[in-house]
Amino acid sequence: MNLRNFGRGVVIAAVSLTLAACGINSVPAAEEDAKAKWADVEAQFQRRANLIPNLVEVAQGAAASERAILTEVTDARARATGINISGDDLNDTAKMQEFAAAQSQLGQGLGRLLASFEAYPQIQSNQNFLALQSQLEGTENRIAVALRDYNESVRKYNTTIRTFPDTIGANIIHGAEPMAPYTAVTEGAEVAPTIDMTSN
Amino acid sequence: MNPLLAALMALLAALLAAPAMAQPEFPALTGRVVDNADLLSPQLEAEINAKLEALEAQTQRQLVIATVPDLQGYDIADYGYQLGRAWGLGDAERNDGALLLVAPNERKVRIEVGYGLEGYLTDAYSALIIQNFIIPRFRDDDYPGGIVAGTDAIIAQLQLTPEEAAQITAEAKQSRESDGGFPVGALIWLGFMFFFFVLPIIRGSRRKRRYRSKGTGPWGKRGGDDDDGFGDAVSNIILWEIGSAIARGAMSGGSGGGSSWGGGGGFGGGGGFSGGGGSFGGGGASGGW
Repeated sequence: MNLRNFGRGVVIAAVSLTLAACGINSVPAAEEDAKAKWADVEAQFQRRANLIPNLVEVAQGAAASERAILTEVTDARARATGINISGDDLNDTAKMQEFAAAQSQLGQGLGRLLASFEAYPQIQSNQNFLALQSQLEGTENRIAVALRDYNESVRKYNTTIRTFPDTIGANIIHGAEPMAPYTAVTEGAEVAPTIDMTSN
Repeated sequence: MNPLLAALMALLAALLAAPAMAQPEFPALTGRVVDNADLLSPQLEAEINAKLEALEAQTQRQLVIATVPDLQGYDIADYGYQLGRAWGLGDAERNDGALLLVAPNERKVRIEVGYGLEGYLTDAYSALIIQNFIIPRFRDDDYPGGIVAGTDAIIAQLQLTPEEAAQITAEAKQSRESDGGFPVGALIWLGFMFFFFVLPIIRGSRRKRRYRSKGTGPWGKRGGDDDDGFGDAVSNIILWEIGSAIARGAMSGGSGGGSSWGGGGGFGGGGGFSGGGGSFGGGGASGGW
């Protein structure tokens, strides 16, 4: 009798371990991790968007010939901040691409704007501008780090829901869909804007 | 039998191991000053080390000076944050580590700032330190001078007022003491195991005997033993899950706090120095000369 009870205990332990191993806990954990990483990505993009009005202010002193780039950047900013991806839309590949396209356009516009400032010594010597430039640079860095962390987290999540044994729980219990990694649309768009010395 | 078992374990480990990410190879964290590019004299190294130690003793913030012979083809910003993460500088909770990274052969320098210090050592201020204190001296090939000036500027920025310092030291001490204390979570789990598994198993056999004679078990009247078996099993599974969740929580809490200060070696200065598991997110600034 004792043996039978002991056997039952073992079965219970085994069943509960199997349940734990088939993705009941690991799938939501991986999903939440990816969502949190995405929130970081959004925060960093938002940080960049928030820096742009300051940049525009500094650029007010620039010649009228730079107005075109300036409006382009403000438009790109409006477009980029208009697209929001919440944690629940992370498996929407099309929307993710749209988001990436808008952000990379903004990044390129910013790069061109910064490049155009090279021609203006009064801007280059402005302390505010220098601080702003380092902040933008730091933000681009953080964006790159946040994106990489997000993509790594998505990779883990997608691996979790597709591999045995977690795939059992992922399909039957959670109905998990793979998430979309952030892919740079244009070649090198996730790289910080480089300042082109030849432009003027 | 034994070799077979070992082979099986090895296979299992290989299957479980996460695929390694492409990342640079990092130097070992041998101390607060890791001078792999050999820019500093031993005396100067000791001098800087003493300053960094004093900073950590006052603020708990870890600042490490690293010079590397090459960046293995990575951008210094890319290399820097990964190095900071690999070394785990700063406390795991506060993420208050910082890194001054010098790559003389690539002519690049970077101040890498942990998440928790981004508000103190901002990108703009890091850039200012690099531009005003470090680069001018590096341009004149005065590497030691640039490193000392940059370190001093960073330390000045990371310094706390005495009240803040006292508070943070007290907190760190408290958390260390609680780490050393009894593992409460594990104890609760053991209690769970005992009351819901070991006891019922022991009593089960006895209950059976009593059941025959009196018709009631120790936990009240029972219907057919086999009917209840399934319900018992389900509730036991739930209890098991709760118990293991508590144990996991206790374990992760313990290891997170336990590794925080490398066993206190960081304070004494005599023993080895290690990071506390802090993380980096690309804060800071880079410069070249």
